[in-house]
Amino acid sequence: MKKEIIIAGYGGQGVLSMGKILAYSGLMEDKEVSWMPAYGPEQRGGTANVTIILSDKEISSPILSEYDIAVVLNQASLFKFEGKVKKGGTLIYDANGIAELPSRNDISIYSIPATETAVEMRNTKAFNMIVLGGLLKAEPMVQIENVLKGLRKTLPERHHHLIPMNEEALNKGMEIIEKIK
Amino acid sequence: MEEEIVLLKGNEAIAHAAIRCGCDGFFGYPITPQSEILETLALEKPWETTGMVVLQAESELASINMIYGGGATGKRVMTSSSSPGIALMQEGITYMAGAEIPGLIINVQRGGPGLGTIQPSQSDYIQATRGGGNGDYNNIVLAPATVQEMADFVDLGFELAFKYRMPVMMLSDGVIGQMMEKVKLPAFKARLTREQIEERYPWAASGRRGGQKPRVFSSLDLDPAVMEQHNKDLQEKYELIKREEVRCEMTRCEDADIVIVAFGSAARISRKAMEMCREKGIKVGIIRPITLWPFPTNEIKQLAKTCKKFLCVEINAGQMIDDIRLAVEGSRPVSFYGRCGGMVPTPDEIEKAIIECQNS
Repeated sequence: MKKEIIIAGYGGQGVLSMGKILAYSGLMEDKEVSWMPAYGPEQRGGTANVTIILSDKEISSPILSEYDIAVVLNQASLFKFEGKVKKGGTLIYDANGIAELPSRNDISIYSIPATETAVEMRNTKAFNMIVLGGLLKAEPMVQIENVLKGLRKTLPERHHHLIPMNEEALNKGMEIIEKIK
Repeated sequence: MEEEIVLLKGNEAIAHAAIRCGCDGFFGYPITPQSEILETLALEKPWETTGMVVLQAESELASINMIYGGGATGKRVMTSSSSPGIALMQEGITYMAGAEIPGLIINVQRGGPGLGTIQPSQSDYIQATRGGGNGDYNNIVLAPATVQEMADFVDLGFELAFKYRMPVMMLSDGVIGQMMEKVKLPAFKARLTREQIEERYPWAASGRRGGQKPRVFSSLDLDPAVMEQHNKDLQEKYELIKREEVRCEMTRCEDADIVIVAFGSAARISRKAMEMCREKGIKVGIIRPITLWPFPTNEIKQLAKTCKKFLCVEINAGQMIDDIRLAVEGSRPVSFYGRCGGMVPTPDEIEKAIIECQNS
């Protein structure tokens, strides 16, 4: 098993931490993992993206030219990464703020109304966990229980009371993701 | 503290490895993309556990001279910075080489020249492998390609620095510094006591006792005959290191027509390009120098007997290519692919360069 993933969106959407939780979940399953952020003068409102690789074997390059899965959370990221999904790969987007929808016919395309759902849940901080739930429904590469285990390991103890909220967001994401193509 | 498997950034791994390998002190000044080293040390507060000193110095110049002082007393001390900061440290590094003082210097490179960019680069290769400061000297240069090596090379760096009494540089870059990977942190090793330092390093200025001759560290002697002898001694040491300490890794070189030579993150990306080419039936291998100085000259010379061409891949405008050409001595063509200014090549760009190299 090897999954090469890009998650891209605005700074402040929780793109990097979502990637980190995914990487940690892979670690919990004894997989090889790499997490490579496009680091720079990123800030809220700017662009942010992170490349995550989960694999049963040693990982060569942490930097990729094409991906099995792209999770795009704004229009700029959709434009940038739609063409870089491997044939037969998966693209997931949140339609909020996206006017021009993906057009490829040789990949699986999913839509997840995560922004809307986070607002409905009255918890905009749950956004990235909703997206992660959707991603794991579309591409079940790690067990949800290991995501929670990873969370317990990465979050400082004083934040552990937030884990049930994160679990709810993950489940919500699994419910609302919709296959378009 | 036992051995532990965790997910860490390369920079964080360096900090944890330092605490665990009996490091006595870290002195540094913040600069992207290596700031997590100092940040992690500040968070871990090793001064409360192992007694390791962590200090944010007032400048890079101050940091390197603190290393000079700490190393002279036989302590395992280190600093880290990124390209423009390392440039500022060159005076201290050449003084350490001249006075034969051990110490570990980490360069998490960014693009240059000048203040450049905060994005990854390997553009300090020549500076690192040719000494960098004034005078006839070299530093041992270790080039990690994984987060695991970022951790492992801290202890190795100190071992080599004390074995040969010289500064050792770890030449990393923003890719390996900023990325997270699984890493096995070593079991805890205690810091040396004053008695252990006295016993192991009889040269160290570890505190003068009654009747003991003063131990003086200097890189200056006004008598040129004495100075020439000192230089000859240094050169003899460097020759010994060239014989004993070359480290490199070869992958699929046995049947390779094209051998890529790449270090650090460029080697990781090239390896993916190699896999892509192998699937197309192109016989590609990689030699990854782990020590950039001493350079694996003989290993490359041997490969020149079996391969047809070399392709040097670096994240700079072409620096290590000189060392490859010196090793090959014109017997095989050596071509180059690189990006610079903070741009990092992707696997498909390198794949294209391999195909062009094959067809040229």
